Amino acid sequence: MKRFAHLFTTLDQTTKTNAKVAALADYFKAAPDTDKLWTIALLSGRRPKRGVTTTLLREWAAEKAGIPLWLFEESYPIVGDLSETIALVLPPATGTSDKPLTQWIEIVRDIGQHEVGTKKQIILDAWDSLPPLERFLFNKLITGGLRIGVSQKLMTRALAQATEIEEATLAHRLMGDWTPDTTTFEDLILSENPEADASKPYPFYLAYQMEDLEALGPPADWRAEWKWDGIRGQLVIRRGIHHLWSRGEELITDRFPEFAMLPDFVPDGTVFDGEILAWDHAGNAPQSFNALQPRIGRKTVPKKLLKDAPAVLYAYDLLEHGGQDIRSQPYDNRRAHLARVIAALPAEAPIRLSANQPFTNWDALGKLRETSRENLAEGFMLKRGSSPYLSGRKKGDWWKWKVDPLMIDAVMIYAQAGSGRRANLFTDFTFAVRNGNDLVPFTKAYSGLTDAEFRQITAWVKRNTLQKFGPVRQVTPEHVFEIAFEGIQKSPRHKSGVALRFPRMSRWRHDKPIQEANTLDDLKEMLDTYG
Amino acid sequence: MVLEFRPQGIYCPAGDFYIDPWKPVDRALITHGHADHSRWGMKRYLATQAATPVIKHRLGDIDIETIAYAEQRRIGDATVSFHPAGHVPGSAQIRIEVAGEVWVASGDYKTTDDGLSEPFEPVPCHAFITESTFGLPVFKWDRQDDVIASINAWWQANRDAGRFSIIGAYALGKAQRILANVDTSIGPILTHGAIENTNQVLRAQGVALPATVRVTPDTNIKDHAGGLVIATPSAMNGTWARRFGQASTAFASGWMAMRGVRRRRSADRGFVMSDHADWEGLNTAIKATGAERVFVTHGYTTQFSRWLSEQGYDAAIVDTEFEGESLDQPDMEVVE
Repeated sequence: MKRFAHLFTTLDQTTKTNAKVAALADYFKAAPDTDKLWTIALLSGRRPKRGVTTTLLREWAAEKAGIPLWLFEESYPIVGDLSETIALVLPPATGTSDKPLTQWIEIVRDIGQHEVGTKKQIILDAWDSLPPLERFLFNKLITGGLRIGVSQKLMTRALAQATEIEEATLAHRLMGDWTPDTTTFEDLILSENPEADASKPYPFYLAYQMEDLEALGPPADWRAEWKWDGIRGQLVIRRGIHHLWSRGEELITDRFPEFAMLPDFVPDGTVFDGEILAWDHAGNAPQSFNALQPRIGRKTVPKKLLKDAPAVLYAYDLLEHGGQDIRSQPYDNRRAHLARVIAALPAEAPIRLSANQPFTNWDALGKLRETSRENLAEGFMLKRGSSPYLSGRKKGDWWKWKVDPLMIDAVMIYAQAGSGRRANLFTDFTFAVRNGNDLVPFTKAYSGLTDAEFRQITAWVKRNTLQKFGPVRQVTPEHVFEIAFEGIQKSPRHKSGVALRFPRMSRWRHDKPIQEANTLDDLKEMLDTYG
Repeated sequence: MVLEFRPQGIYCPAGDFYIDPWKPVDRALITHGHADHSRWGMKRYLATQAATPVIKHRLGDIDIETIAYAEQRRIGDATVSFHPAGHVPGSAQIRIEVAGEVWVASGDYKTTDDGLSEPFEPVPCHAFITESTFGLPVFKWDRQDDVIASINAWWQANRDAGRFSIIGAYALGKAQRILANVDTSIGPILTHGAIENTNQVLRAQGVALPATVRVTPDTNIKDHAGGLVIATPSAMNGTWARRFGQASTAFASGWMAMRGVRRRRSADRGFVMSDHADWEGLNTAIKATGAERVFVTHGYTTQFSRWLSEQGYDAAIVDTEFEGESLDQPDMEVVE
């Protein structure tokens, strides 16, 4: 674990991308294969199952540290991280250990099968043989919360440097349903023709937010599609079986039984990229994102939900056709294949073609974009007709051209401290609109301010706390923030009667006294217009 | 009560004086020169000989008497004496005895020897007034030698790479503690004006500090390549620091023990170094006084006083305007 801890420290001590990639590449050149594989797994969100509850870990840590449990619990929110709190309160280790990362992970992976007494002994022995940083990492492994601050993209780049294999090839090899227990570094990464995996998806191509419309060049080079708000998904059909992947590389096949019929009609060796939407079959239009929401977290879907919010794949790209990877073909060609594949399907097949919206100039398209909210859309996607399907977030060929967010000026009334990097800092706020002399809470927001602004508001919150409710502080209503959001819905669960989509703080309105904040009537008017 | 807690500060009725008051009063006994303990506007001040020059430097023309450590002085019906608190040069705990009952107001303190300040001495008493800036069991300081070794290694590596090393530290205490302990053979040391002003005052009273170069608009930075730059935290991210180009930056503070705080600082490194006692230090210090009553003034007061109560002390929280090592002030995050 020492090599891994050293890597972690190096990554933690720099914010510079090149330095991170270099440190990772060095690690990938030097570490044993099993450690490399596990590091790749951890950096791509694959982790062993949790075999000990955090409740037990807290009790054992407090006991070992000789402090009452309440004091441990009081310390935790201040540190903002359970693994770190445990590592900090424990007395210094009396022993040492040279076990490599893989061996520690095996301990973590297998601990679940033991009796609680054995578990405790294993954990106490680990704590007593590791220096503080490695102890922290061990806790992270056991609680399943290790985040290293390196994106999968950077990790892939480092791996490319270390192995001299092309980045895009590696990105594809890293996709799918593998774990270090089901493959080896050799098979997953180095093998020229990795044993064909019928479920393996392609890396998603991700668009950037539109920056400069004029810079796109002639409109004739571009294609526009309405951008609907659903779940990005890749549907893989091979060997008569279908697999549905989310953008987070989560296998979500079972959550959408609608697609089970597709292998009967779609030829093997077909991979679609698209948006999973809740569909209004009567009106032949998408339903709002809210309709889809109840389906996201569910592993099994009740009948009523299947009926109320039937899913379709709103397909906008074809990545594999006739068993061939066609990502390098131009968009227009891929789309022509896509249109033919979909046209050949029966009407009841839960798949729709994301049509191209014809346009001749940007102004006309811009006018149409203004009607996005009426169409329950977020705006347009613009894609270059000649572009290949790239992997990851790349600039140049795909752009999100979203409609401007809705805005409302609201008063901050509650504040709560964040965790992790935001520990000790008030970052989670509740906002209210005015209603006569009352303030009616209507949304929470966590993001949008700079670190300096968060520090400033934190100092202010500490001095202006009216009441504490556990971790939540009621503060003097004094500060007005502009809240930006993407949509507004009726919600009987909220006191204000509304729920916002993607609320965030777009600006701290130092210039506005609370008397100038928006009112509940303003909010209701927005609900009538856009809800 | 030997001492009372009043809106102006900690008050001794028998001697009619205050300790570290935050509002103007007639007579103030001052534990040390930090801004939250020695404020402007008192008619008369009393402080240790070692603390007085800095207090005068900060507050200007004030009426101040000095006292040696351990010297007993009668004020009204109270007998007072000052004892080293180990916090910064000249810092003191103030012992007050009235009719055989002894109270100690400790101001800010740390129990380990930092190689610069007069080391902390436990003072037996009936009632002890303590801070609790780091009064949680997650705070455990490494040995100073180890921290200094890692600062030296960081500086050496930067110097080898042709970079400046800028470290943010408060102008009184931390800055000189770093100065007094780093390996000066590595390279030149440069200082921010606010820090150098304090250095001058301390040198004049006989505190041994290595040679430093004051950074002014005329300073030719190239003459001091690879130097260690000691800056006030507020100067770290401004135009002042930009003259050093692609420098490596660091903070030295007890808060750097927490990874979340460390990552939030825009600095490259965080060295865990505090002039306040850690969990162990607080508990050891309190135990060594033999006190039955403990008043907790600032820091994690709720948690620490509950802990003390469970340990059998008669512990209570007192609201003061002391700040300890502040994490909040946007501009001065590593203030002590």
